[in-house]
Amino acid sequence: MSVSRFWRKIPQRYNLIGTQCTSCGRYFFPPRSLCPDCRRSGKIVDHKFNGEGTVVTYTVIRSASDQFEHTTPYVLAIVELDEGPRLTTQVACLPEEAKIGMRVRSVFRRIAADGESGTIHYGTKFVPTE
Amino acid sequence: MRDVAVIGVGCTEFGEHWGTSFRDLFVKAGALALEDAGISGENLDALYVGNMSAGRFVEQEHIGALIADYAGLATNHVPSTRVEAACASGGLAFRQAVIAVASGMEEIVVAAGVEKMTDVGTGASVDMLASAADREWEGFAGATFPGLYAMIATDYMHRYPLTREQLAQVAVKNHENGAKNPIAQFRNRITVDTVLNSSLVADPLRLFDCSPITDGAAAVVVVPLERAREFTDSPVRVLASAQASDTIALHDRRDISTLDASVAAGKRAFAQAGLTHKDIDMLEVHDCFTIAEICAIEDLGFCKKGEAGRLTEEGVTALGGEIPVNTSGGLKACGHPVGATGIKQIYEIVNQLRGEAAGRQVDAEIGMAHNVGGTGATVVVHILGA
Ligand SMILES: [Zn+2]
Repeated sequence: MSVSRFWRKIPQRYNLIGTQCTSCGRYFFPPRSLCPDCRRSGKIVDHKFNGEGTVVTYTVIRSASDQFEHTTPYVLAIVELDEGPRLTTQVACLPEEAKIGMRVRSVFRRIAADGESGTIHYGTKFVPTE
Repeated sequence: MRDVAVIGVGCTEFGEHWGTSFRDLFVKAGALALEDAGISGENLDALYVGNMSAGRFVEQEHIGALIADYAGLATNHVPSTRVEAACASGGLAFRQAVIAVASGMEEIVVAAGVEKMTDVGTGASVDMLASAADREWEGFAGATFPGLYAMIATDYMHRYPLTREQLAQVAVKNHENGAKNPIAQFRNRITVDTVLNSSLVADPLRLFDCSPITDGAAAVVVVPLERAREFTDSPVRVLASAQASDTIALHDRRDISTLDASVAAGKRAFAQAGLTHKDIDMLEVHDCFTIAEICAIEDLGFCKKGEAGRLTEEGVTALGGEIPVNTSGGLKACGHPVGATGIKQIYEIVNQLRGEAAGRQVDAEIGMAHNVGGTGATVVVHILGA
């Protein structure tokens, strides 16, 4: 991923900042600038999520792209934040610990190393809370 | 709108074609389709080419013109358009050709699909295929394409009584069919143990749950139905052409284990054709992973959610079964050159409806093709009738 493309979303990636449509109350993470329910009549504001959620589904990635190959195996999950939206994230736990319904919270971690540019990408991962 | 018919089909062998270039693959498939239709290049009014990622696989964009040129059509200045919807690019190209003819804008149109994937390493192609999903919010987190379908499988197996063995039987059945298909990448039979003993790619999916990386091209010729008999004694009618979209990211879906775009495109196709499930004699579905075939059979409405694993185990979807699924070997055994797959599905159905499928022939007058882009953000469904 290009440096500018990554830096553009740093506030969102580092701090779990998404958006909310104040017209209908729906939360969005990843952030959306248009509410699919209210469309142009929706008013969108930033929202910082509290970072707690539940694992909806998961897998253990054993074979990854070049950028992530050095971190395999790793747990990848869809997490539903307590405010409602779902996101795709790594969960920092052992493969055998991962389970559906597991409570997790967000932490700031190194995500990947970009081989071409040498850039190290940071962002949000989740860890089990129990 | 005019009725549309397929009058000719062609397909290269699918596999790792180290000695064949991107453009040579396409030229070969196109020539086979024109020969089958009994026409020559100067008869063509337009070309639609499905291709996912030549820009990254072979560092070549502007595929429409390149293909028209190397098909010998540059001096005719034939309009040639590339269409892209990840792994559904081929189905989408066919739909564009059907729309062009149905509308009356064009008469004789080629729909083709081509992908040359083996010029890059496996890590690079894993990365490219992941771009069919949400690059910024799935790929960035470390999601691979098998990983996303694995999360569908985890969710599905948590909620429905699908066993790991039933999932493996999808691959066993598709290899059984592939073994009888001369264009298939894998023509070897496998057992449930072959699947269960293969290496884990993304739990619970193993190597033999996944479709391979493939080079290949396919092409078909469509014309107005009223003119089809000028070219062939066995035209195949296009009874429905439907398409649907959904959220690009899996995490935003209403239901992780249901491809709502498959449900929508399927319903639209049945409504267009005025047919019900009982009328469909065979299915070519998008089994990029074994779990995807299970979901496809259910989402298209051929059984209730949670039942497709048992139907597979009972042989209902096998060649001799009540509703044969993926007689070509599917993406798993026939191979999956992403942009070509949707056209290969049409190629297979046309061969079956004409009674030209040799060792894997089923008794069929109506067939359905189901082509998925990404994890279900685009779905294209066609119904063809003899
Ligand atoms: Zn709203």
